[in-house]
Amino acid sequence: MIKVDEKGFYGKFGGAYIPEMLYPNIEELKENYEQLMASEEFQKEFRSLLKDYVGRPTPLYFATRLSEKYGAKIYLKREDLCHTGAHKVNNTVGQIILAKKLGKKRIIAETGAGQHGVATATVCALMGMECTVFMGALDIQRQRPNVERMKILGAKVVPATSGSQTLKDATNEAMRQWINNPVDTHYIIGSVVGPHPYPEMVARFQSVISEEIKWQLKEKEKTENPDIVIACVGGGSNAAGAFYHYYNIPQVRLVAAEAAGLGVSSGKSAATTALGTPGILHGSKTLLMQTEDGQVVEPHSISAGLDYPGIGPVHAHLFDTGRAEFVAVEDEDAMKAGIELSRLEGIIPAIETAHALHSLQMIEYKKEDIIVINLSGRGDKDLDTYIKWGGY
Amino acid sequence: MNRIDQLFEKKKKRVLSIYFTAGFPNLEDTIPVMKAIENAGADIIEVGIPYSDPIADGPTIQDSNMIALNHGMSLKKLFGQLQDMRQTISLPVVLMGYLNPIIQYGMMAFCKKCKEIGIDGLILPDLPMQQYLDEYKGIFEQYGLRNIFLISPQTSEKRVIEIDQNTDGFIYMVSSHSITGAKTTISDEQISYFKRIEALQLKNPRLIGFGISDAETFNIASKYSNGAIIGSAFIKIIKESKDLETDIKAYIRSVIQ
Ligand SMILES: Cc1ncc(COP(=O)(O)O)c(C=O)c1O
Repeated sequence: MIKVDEKGFYGKFGGAYIPEMLYPNIEELKENYEQLMASEEFQKEFRSLLKDYVGRPTPLYFATRLSEKYGAKIYLKREDLCHTGAHKVNNTVGQIILAKKLGKKRIIAETGAGQHGVATATVCALMGMECTVFMGALDIQRQRPNVERMKILGAKVVPATSGSQTLKDATNEAMRQWINNPVDTHYIIGSVVGPHPYPEMVARFQSVISEEIKWQLKEKEKTENPDIVIACVGGGSNAAGAFYHYYNIPQVRLVAAEAAGLGVSSGKSAATTALGTPGILHGSKTLLMQTEDGQVVEPHSISAGLDYPGIGPVHAHLFDTGRAEFVAVEDEDAMKAGIELSRLEGIIPAIETAHALHSLQMIEYKKEDIIVINLSGRGDKDLDTYIKWGGY
Repeated sequence: MNRIDQLFEKKKKRVLSIYFTAGFPNLEDTIPVMKAIENAGADIIEVGIPYSDPIADGPTIQDSNMIALNHGMSLKKLFGQLQDMRQTISLPVVLMGYLNPIIQYGMMAFCKKCKEIGIDGLILPDLPMQQYLDEYKGIFEQYGLRNIFLISPQTSEKRVIEIDQNTDGFIYMVSSHSITGAKTTISDEQISYFKRIEALQLKNPRLIGFGISDAETFNIASKYSNGAIIGSAFIKIIKESKDLETDIKAYIRSVIQ
């Protein structure tokens, strides 16, 4: 069974390794989130915003030309059609309602690709809450349009200038900011990472993805269960959402695509399960890329959203137990897969998502297999990277 | 008897603990800085184990961690430097560090090594109390190490009392809602928090840290507790120093007067 236990562990991974200064905040969340989420009032507001504001359900689209090319029945779960362009908003809508119910006045968030930052800035505008987003200085350069979107939405964007100046460092800064403002501030973490209860809470907000896949597939294929579900993994929130209702259905294969960067053994990679060992990062025990001395290694990926040295504890557990297959996709292959989808289906995917697409070339399947690929986001934010890469 | 216990038996007021990052400002400065702290008249030496992602620390200490790591500092290297420290250092020595480098080294091996070289206590900010009780308390006790927990203005009274029961050595009172190095003055709100904790009559001594930087803030902190911990302000002094021995002595003397 893939299930979080009372202390926030998925098998060996998870927990809440946080400084005492954050203990009251984490306790407050832990004590309230399940009850709040279960309440009718919360569900009503959450469901109604997902429908009318985010645009859910997102289509489950049968990709004819992609299916022909790869010789399987391939469906795309169109999270790219969510308001703001990626799955990230499912989580921010949930957390902003929660923050409001907890009486918080201010919101902080970290962001890598800027998608989570935009999704957070968006719901803050919607609810009239003050919003500060921490973003690595390097990511600010490579995801310029998203930085401007956040500013247009009224958020303050603060560059994280320590370390590799990417997602890990932005997360450090957000945690520090939370320590400095523990009482009136809620930290909206953007993936299934961080101290318990964040990983499970975020997964539950994202689980709407697999909830929809089930009934949509039933309508189209007369079965709720595909043979394979594929998603990319940065921290792992879109994957957790796409896998959630299939965790405990063993005949559904789960495939997680990580970013290999310039190659798993190039020293410039973000393939956590291939390179990582158990350790503690951002408040949870998980697999992480580190030196023998326990210093966190700076990752590399062409995609800012996958450029993270760890993965959520649930994914460490899925890897550890063999429940999910992990593949590591290199920058170049991801870019080509992004162009391929653009040409075959008229959909320019986010570069994160393109990693999931390339894994079609790395796994085995049969002609009659039904494969669902979680199309986590659209490529608008990545135009600069596509242009610089130029191979089209 | 543990040196921390000995200290608080003799000295109940104006205890000064000085934090610095191992391998900073230069790789081989660890022992010279410790000696200078002792000679200048401080009471406890807190040695920081450098870490790539110190989430409870502000820019000054982050920066010193980065510099030390760039010099090649590691936990193994640090133990090498501290191997013979008890030939020259007689003050209580506390190691402060984040959990990840320590669990990579192995908690048991780490504690064993600490005892061997004469470490008296540990401050591990991201080790939660429950985890400590479930997994590590026995090991700490086996090797005579005092575990020093943090409390902050947000910590509930009930939890402060729980922490007091499970701590030995001293309690580290974080002076405000903050990471290290954040503030330079002490507000009325902070003073009422100091008083609130003082009134609980805890079994452990209390030292106030974060934002203590000079004689004035040290005096205020000492008034409501057993003393204080200085970190960022000290790091700033040694970062710019051309003569560690002299500058450390002058700084510490200026604080304790
Ligand atoms: C489109 C898209 N997909 C995937 C990710 C990776 O995050 P996660 O692994 O949490 O889904 C991001 C992160 O920014 C993203 O923008």
